[in-house]
Formats: sequence, C-alpha cells, structure tokens
Amino acid sequence: MELFQYPYMQRALIAALVIGLAAPALGIYLVQRRLALIGDGIGHVALTGVGAGLLLNRSPVLVAVIVATLGAIAIELVRSRGRTSGDLALALLFYGGIAGGVMLVGLSNSPSANLNAYLFGSLTTISPADLTTIVVLGAVILVAMLALRPALFAVSHDEEYARVSGLPVRTLNMLIAITTAVTVTIAMRAVGVLLISALMVVPVASAQQVTRGFRTTMTAAMALGLFAAGSGVWVAANADTAPGASVVLMAIASFLVIALAAAGWRVLRRRRVPAAAPAAPEPHEVLLG
Amino acid sequence: MNQPVITIAHAAVGYDGRAVLRDVSLTVTAGEVVAVLGANGSGKSTLVRSVLGLVPLSAGSVTLFDRPLRRFRQWERIGYVPQRLGAGGGVPATVREVVASGRLARRGILRPPGAADRAAVDRALHAVGLADRANDAVATLSGGQQQRTLIARALAGRPELLVLDEPTAGVDAASQEAFAAALREFVADGGTVLLVAHELGPLRPVISRAIVVHDGGICHDGPVPDPAGHHAEPDHDHVHPHCDDEPARLWSI
Repeated sequence: MELFQYPYMQRALIAALVIGLAAPALGIYLVQRRLALIGDGIGHVALTGVGAGLLLNRSPVLVAVIVATLGAIAIELVRSRGRTSGDLALALLFYGGIAGGVMLVGLSNSPSANLNAYLFGSLTTISPADLTTIVVLGAVILVAMLALRPALFAVSHDEEYARVSGLPVRTLNMLIAITTAVTVTIAMRAVGVLLISALMVVPVASAQQVTRGFRTTMTAAMALGLFAAGSGVWVAANADTAPGASVVLMAIASFLVIALAAAGWRVLRRRRVPAAAPAAPEPHEVLLG
Repeated sequence: MNQPVITIAHAAVGYDGRAVLRDVSLTVTAGEVVAVLGANGSGKSTLVRSVLGLVPLSAGSVTLFDRPLRRFRQWERIGYVPQRLGAGGGVPATVREVVASGRLARRGILRPPGAADRAAVDRALHAVGLADRANDAVATLSGGQQQRTLIARALAGRPELLVLDEPTAGVDAASQEAFAAALREFVADGGTVLLVAHELGPLRPVISRAIVVHDGGICHDGPVPDPAGHHAEPDHDHVHPHCDDEPARLWSI
C-alpha cells in the first residue's frame, strides 16, 4: 500500500477510478446499439492523433482528442447512412488510424517505450495537468450520460420511435460518438487506447447477467468498472506491469465470477423447487395451422 | 365537419427507383379509426411510415394537425407503435423503463420524470393489462406481451393520434383482446387511430373505415370489406381484401 504515498501513484489511481466510472456509463449505450467494438476503432484512430502530437511537439492527448473526435464523427456519419459498404469504410479508418499512429510516432524519434505507454497505459506518465483534464472531462461525460439517460436509452433502444417522439436523434447520436472519442483519449494515459474499449463493455456484460432493468445494469456496471480500475491499478503498481492489462484482466475476472455465480444460483433455485407439481403449460401464443 | 388529423396529398414513395406508392391521397379526421389493409408488399406499411416521416416522400405532401410534416413539431400528439420491439444489443430493460420512453415527447429530454410521468406510465400499463409485469425484463415477456408493452409506451404520452404498424401480427388471443380493449378506451376518449393490419380479429368492431392498398395505390376506401372465398370461413379471420379491378390470380401466387 505504501506505493500509493507517491503523488504519481495517487494521480494514476484517481485517473483510473474516474475512467472506471465513466467508461461503463457510456459503454452501456454502445452495447445496446450493438457498437461494442466502436471504442476500439476510435482508439486506433486516436493513435494517429498521438503520433501527430508527438511529431508536431504538441500535447499528444489534445491532438488525439481532436483526431479521435473527427474519426468518431466520420464513423457516425457512415453508421447513420447504413450503407453496406460502411463495414469496409470503418476497417479502412481503423487500420489507417493505427498504421498512421505507429508511422508518425516512429518519425517523431521518441523512444518506442512511449508508444507502449499510449497503447496499454502507464502509471508514471500522468502529470497533474493530465489529471485535471481527466477529472473534468470524466465528470462532464458522467453527468451527460446520467442526466440524459431517458433520451439516450430511447435512442439506443428504438431509434425510429425516438424520431417519432421528436427527440433530436442526430444530435444524441453525435453526442454518443463524440463522448466515445473523449472517453478513449482521456483513458489513454491510464488504460491505453487498445484496452479502453474493454472497460466500456466488459462491466456492462457482467452486470446484465444478473439485472432486469437498464438503470440497475448501468449502476452495477459503473460499480464493477470502479472496482476493476481500482484493483487493476493496485495490481499494476505491485507487479510493475502495464495498468491497462491488469485493469482489463480484473474486469474479465469479475465477469467470470458473476457468470459462474449466476449459473450456480439458477441451478440451486431449480433444485430447491423440484418436486412441486409441474407448472400449468403456458397457453399457445399463436394458433398453428 | 371534424378537423383533419392526417392529410396525404398525391404522395409517392420509391425505394431505389422502384415505385412503392403512387399518387396516394387520403384524409383522416379526428375520431376516425382507420385500418389500412392489403397484401404483403402492397405498400401499406410504407404508407403509414411515410405519414410519420420515417420514409421520405419522393412527391406529394403529408400534413399532420394542419401542419406540413416538415414543420411539424408537436410529436406529443402522436403515439407510434412499431411492428415489433427491436432486439438491440441485449442490455436488459424493464417493461416500465420501455413504457416510460413514451413520456419523452411530452417532457423533453432535459427534464427528469415527475409524478405526472409516473402516473401516466402506471395508467398505460394498467390499460394493456401489464401492471403486474412492470418490473420484469421485457425480453422475458411473450411476443404478445411485448407488443402490449409498445402500445402502453405509445399510450403513456397521452396522444391524440395513434399510428400502429401491424400491432396484432403473431399476437396471442389474450393479447389481442387486451389490445382491442385498450384501443376501444382510447377511441372512446376521442382519439384517432391509423393502423396497418393483416388480420383484424377482435379489432374489427372498433374499425370505422378501411383503406385497401394494392400495388401502390388505394383501391378501396369505406366500410371494412367482407372476407371472400375460403377467407370467409369462421376459423379464418385473415382479412384479405380484394380489389374489383385486379386479376384474380394475383392472390393465388
């Protein structure tokens, strides 16, 4: 525990906790619209921003926010048109993003360890200024995702119905896309662009195995994200590994524990009421014939 | 004379250059319960979806409550019931959460739900007979109960016009009865209904006017046509209206 007496470790922990809360709060909408992997794609695009920032001697995080946001807007435009070629357009964008990032980072003559820090996170690179950015943007994301939950739920659940309700569907979709880009980039320092998507999606996947409602799923996913981020940073600090890896492994471990517990609970419940008379058969839903 | 609620004038819709609707004109006035009938692929769903702006018109115009569709903003006056609940990405949602979405048109996206919203959701759940399932996940409901959830969502906004796209397709008898009862109550309160149907079943007595769409045009406008041929047998409540001028073999394909 004494490791957390160092200010850089405290910054890393706070940053990870903020992201652990914010990422699933956004991720639940992405999962609901079957865009679970979009964060990964935007992470690839953000890497080009990192490379451009290093090459131009500007803040890599800031340039990455801009590039990732542009990428997210492009992805949303492709998605909303629903063209069949959209799939390939996304592939071009993603691989172009990561290739461009690696190329630009190489050209900037920074040591290659630097690239790893952006890909998988690094506990020692979060400056006080970085932390301020992470906390402020993280709070904005959290407030937006929680305050707009009824509208974002409606758009993610049934886009046509949302349109007939007069909701600003295009604006809300854009909000989700831009929020994804911002979440990816603020998580870059702590978790890394290649693993942040897991923190958006895995806690939601864990929570929805035991929940019945959207609100409870969101709350449980945020709690699980917080746990994975906190425990993952602790493991990374003690084992001296990349925090992205340990955070994601903690998230996946909790997924497995919850999945097994839920399965065990179902078996137990079935055994507890076995001898009771078989329930009356459900009436047929449709007339066959 | 009753106020017109929906006015469609010379509307045309085409997908990829293929005409689906051709020069369709139709007026629905307040208090009417209009069923849009027709074979699969006749364009009946497209007609109803174009009224809501979900399908763009290639020609003609739609007017809702005396406002051109393009400038129409009073979406709280309309309740829409789609054919089915989308599967989505599998994040669970309770029946109450889905029905509560129906209040957004009235409340706006920034205001949190209040007591009036909760009361309206309760009433809508009660009207479709799902009050006891409010906190269950919609995915665990039967198809008919899911359809009733969507109707409750539309009713929760207290709309003046209900637009339903095949609300009873593949729905069990109990749900059809519950649905017909909810619709009767809505009409008794002065509501207007436009619904697409393949089979009317228990809805038949509620319908005041039938439109038959065939080959992209309206070929019948008046009382509900009687089922003909083997469709008239008592256990076949499929409404398969036929147009006078159409070749008989069209229906036997």
